[in-house]
Amino acid sequence: MSQKVISAEKRAFMTGNEVVAWAALAAGAEIMYGYPITPQNEIMHYWTRLAPKYGRSFLQTEDELSAGFTTAGGVMAGRKAFTATSGPGNTLMQEPMSMAEMMRLPTVVVVQQRGGPSTATVIYSQQEVTLTTIGGNGEGMRIVYSTATHQELFDYTIKAFNAAWKYRFPTFVLGDGYQAKMREPLTIYDPAERGIGMVPPEPFVGKEGIPGEDRPPAQYRNTFNLEEELYEKVMADVSEYEKIAPEVAEFQADGTEDADLVLVCHGVVFRAVREAVAKLREQGRKVGYFRPVTLRPLPVRQLREMVGKAKKILLVESAYGQLARLFKEAAYGSGTEILTLFRPGLGITAGEVEAKVKEILT
Amino acid sequence: MSPQPAMPRSWRVDTKPHKFCPGCGHGLILKCLGQVIDELEIQGRLIFGCDIGCSLLSWDFFNLDTIQTHHGRTVPVMTGLKRARPDLLCIAYMGDGGGYSIGAQHLVNAAARNEKITVILANNTQYAMTGGQMAPTTLPGQKTETSPYGRDPELTGFPLQGPEMVGAIGREGVYSARGSVGNLRQLRRFLKKALENQIEGRGFSFVEALSACPTNWRTNAVETWSFIEKEMPKYFKTGEIKVPGAGREEVANG
Repeated sequence: MSQKVISAEKRAFMTGNEVVAWAALAAGAEIMYGYPITPQNEIMHYWTRLAPKYGRSFLQTEDELSAGFTTAGGVMAGRKAFTATSGPGNTLMQEPMSMAEMMRLPTVVVVQQRGGPSTATVIYSQQEVTLTTIGGNGEGMRIVYSTATHQELFDYTIKAFNAAWKYRFPTFVLGDGYQAKMREPLTIYDPAERGIGMVPPEPFVGKEGIPGEDRPPAQYRNTFNLEEELYEKVMADVSEYEKIAPEVAEFQADGTEDADLVLVCHGVVFRAVREAVAKLREQGRKVGYFRPVTLRPLPVRQLREMVGKAKKILLVESAYGQLARLFKEAAYGSGTEILTLFRPGLGITAGEVEAKVKEILT
Repeated sequence: MSPQPAMPRSWRVDTKPHKFCPGCGHGLILKCLGQVIDELEIQGRLIFGCDIGCSLLSWDFFNLDTIQTHHGRTVPVMTGLKRARPDLLCIAYMGDGGGYSIGAQHLVNAAARNEKITVILANNTQYAMTGGQMAPTTLPGQKTETSPYGRDPELTGFPLQGPEMVGAIGREGVYSARGSVGNLRQLRRFLKKALENQIEGRGFSFVEALSACPTNWRTNAVETWSFIEKEMPKYFKTGEIKVPGAGREEVANG
């Protein structure tokens, strides 16, 4: 690979989109394919300025279908390739990512959520959870990291490339417009300096030798003739996905052991929830939080353990129950009461969370 | 001498006989392509991409690394591949529905960006795999499952002129031609020039091949050839539409 991107660990103050571009460079991403949509544009802007300095490439495609399918072509060529999108672009992205799921392609997609449905707002939401975790005509065999801070955007963008190339399931970093556009301090670093080994990419096609003479041809398809043939293929992937799920799943929890109420949230909303929980604890309220970092796969075992002990659950999200649907499926069978604070397309403050908790615990 | 001519070396023998219907044009196009691949000796660095529709049946046709993609999306997959590995040669193989309808934006933009890939498109004037629906290339008056009384240009327009469109979009470096399974010598020549255009790094290359679908046309052998040689050329002129370095076009008709 070309020269080192980040020679020494350093503090930086930048927007989330800039963070993603630096993280992709640090992770050794070789090519980005992208189509303009707010609020992810600056990922492309920073990438197109930085990439040539490090021998990396960029292609602006005609739409997100093309951005996704060129990314698929890029990874099949054996290059670490990625794209970024949002909202209606994420809708189009589902077609190429369903092919990536079927063909087990290590694509990386950064999603900066905007409001929905439709074009809605360019600002913020958590309304792309369903689409990003289980969108497409498939079984949702994907890895989705939902970040809350710029440090996490950096850490998990690097991790996304490793997860994709290690497990060969399409991998997503799920951010949002707030994270994309806000400036915040973080530490950027070279993964090797932190002892993080990067999984090397490997070509699917175009390997050494003449196919059929020196080696069998590498032939990839997503079309099957027989139901049984497809069933076996999908079930083999399902069983592999279920096997890796416990080691992929990540979460953060605090104060859940003795809690009267556990708040469940993800992404940037976690910042408000963590602050509210700290305040409420200071006031002697028995509250805690449980925050899945991976929305696919969810940390199911730990989630069920938590739900088993909790007296009540409060689900908080900037959507009308998209995390809630995933959560309830994982928690199915528990009798614990689940309450909700849904603010589709709207930011949530610590004060609002605190007030809601007090209303519940009066 | 063997009673039948030998298969191209680049064909994958263990997947023959191929999966196309009797009388289908794909086998002829892919035979020409196989011969050109052999002649250019590019089997070791050529990636073959195929679309959805009958073209997908070519996913294991060659002894080539192959990617079967989605309907209309073979151009972007091969574009992504080529951009990531410029040392490879990339072919996107598709039908007229994939190239001119659902994937038209990809074809147009790949030609406009002068992507260094080769697109080969079989034009059989309808959607064959799905049972014979009208396509952008269906001839006026031609009956299909979605134009059962014949295509009415008042309602649904005239047959789309693919190589002419690519020729109009493409700037210097673009190669665009239309051949036919009715003239294999010419088709082979166009395919060779298209691939040479990519090998020499000049730019985008595009060959439409007039093809046959007796299954959906519901034609016998005589009617099939008559359709290819007499009906289709009324709207689709064979020849080279754009050749890098002006003045070298091979202009022919039928």
